[in-house]
Amino acid sequence: MNLYEALFVAVLSAFLGYEVISRVPVLLHTPLMSGSNFVHGIVLVGALIALAVAQGPLQQTIGFLAVVMGALNVTGGYAVTERILAMFDRSKGGKGGSAP
Amino acid sequence: MIDFIDPVYLVAVIVFIFGLKAMSSPRTARVGIVIAGGGMLFAVAATIAALFVPSTSAILGVAGTPALTNLVLMAAALAIGGGLGWYAAKVVRMTAMPQMVAIYNGMGGGAAAAIAAVALLGTSGTDGLSVAGAVIGATSFTGSAIAFFKLQGWMRQKPIVYPGQSVSSLAVLVVGVFFGVYAVLTATSFWLLPFFVLVLLYGVLLTLPIGGADMPVAISLFNALTGIAVAMDGFSLSNDAMIVAGILVGAAGTLLTLLMAKAMNRSVSNVLFGAFGATEESAGSVQGSMKTIDIDDAASLLAYAGQVVIAPGYGMAVAQAQQKVKELVDALEAKGVGVKFAIHPVAGRMPGHMNVLLAEAGVPYDHLFDRDEINAEFPATDVVLVIGANDVVNPAARREGSALYGMPILDVDRAHNVLVVKRGQGKGFAGIENELFYRDNCRMLYGDAAAVIGALVQAVKRA
Repeated sequence: MNLYEALFVAVLSAFLGYEVISRVPVLLHTPLMSGSNFVHGIVLVGALIALAVAQGPLQQTIGFLAVVMGALNVTGGYAVTERILAMFDRSKGGKGGSAP
Repeated sequence: MIDFIDPVYLVAVIVFIFGLKAMSSPRTARVGIVIAGGGMLFAVAATIAALFVPSTSAILGVAGTPALTNLVLMAAALAIGGGLGWYAAKVVRMTAMPQMVAIYNGMGGGAAAAIAAVALLGTSGTDGLSVAGAVIGATSFTGSAIAFFKLQGWMRQKPIVYPGQSVSSLAVLVVGVFFGVYAVLTATSFWLLPFFVLVLLYGVLLTLPIGGADMPVAISLFNALTGIAVAMDGFSLSNDAMIVAGILVGAAGTLLTLLMAKAMNRSVSNVLFGAFGATEESAGSVQGSMKTIDIDDAASLLAYAGQVVIAPGYGMAVAQAQQKVKELVDALEAKGVGVKFAIHPVAGRMPGHMNVLLAEAGVPYDHLFDRDEINAEFPATDVVLVIGANDVVNPAARREGSALYGMPILDVDRAHNVLVVKRGQGKGFAGIENELFYRDNCRMLYGDAAAVIGALVQAVKRA
């Protein structure tokens, strides 16, 4: 992938990220922060690649830590978001909530 | 073997976009995280599978299949990190959620910095982009860690300030980046050591002057930074999934940071460099004394009111009083009293914090009103019950010259009577005396919020 292709992808993604959440109500700020925290858990993919190419004890140790931290980001980010959003499910009816 | 990894990443990225979109609407939020989770599982599983196939591992930038040692380490790391992350997130109390978001975000930043470190030490990736990923990831890592320590109470929550702070922090960053660039240009990995030490230190220095009340904005900013760090590593490794997901979070996180700062009437630069709440307001600005009321008098005031508005804050969260509050609502409604909740956007430690806790206790959505909806109703309200909220109901925010001036508040002082449930006589998060407590229409109920509300429920039933 050349530089300009990467830049095209990045610029379009930036506009998309902005558009996708531009109408979020204050109520959902915390769960959305937690949810986007989960999405950057994709760093785990990079961490796995880093550990796969790591050579020697130093790189292996750092790669190991990268995978541990990336896995923490993914599972913790998911579980926290899920728990927060589960709360919203339980109250029935009302403004914007699902109908009973 | 066909290239399956890029199609998988494409699907994962599309799923992330739909997931985030769904998460920004209350009706679909829960579905959103589940579909995003599915995309993540798919992407991670495909990456692991691809590492075992030489033709696909080459696409990921890995020559051949990884050595056995690395595979064992990989399995161990996934088990440790995955298990710990899942377990901690499941057992932690709801009130501790803000700092959990902070620490998991920090882990993402740390992972991004570590990926960059492996790239800089070895041959994978592009060095310049790795330096950028390392700087941003490391800042987010230690910054989020300090945010976690402050919210968890392992560190003083007040801003830590000293002379020349901004300049010295900036100097640490500049010198750190210089070492990183120097290490790349001279191809000497030794200089990576001072590089990482200094950029990690920068994250600490950046967060020290931020007070607990501003932490949600800071955490949101670090969240956006981690996204950008992940994207930098994505550029470096030519990994499209990391680029798109990283930039997506970077952009969404930046917007979210601005929205949160706006809800608190603060600018992001003010949050970062303002050291809000570091200085005490000059004494003697508040006249009068705080007046207490006993439980039975408070209960009859509530039981014979036409309309009661409850304004909850962090104190309710700390005392886990939301269940008792729900019982109080039921008791009052049984007596024919109309009950509404006034939810300040930043009551608690995070936007939406109160909504989450009240929903957990089973308070229906249609009882909750945000600041703009409820403020006009206070003059016609008989009793406002403030439960563990402080700065968000401080009328000083309407007075020019106060440190709180301009912050949108709940105008509870305009109601006929105000009852305040409060643990002690301390100040609010911002460290500013609350003029409300000295008003003639205000009465204090000291004690643990759960205990006080529990006593109120019994007294209301008797009244």
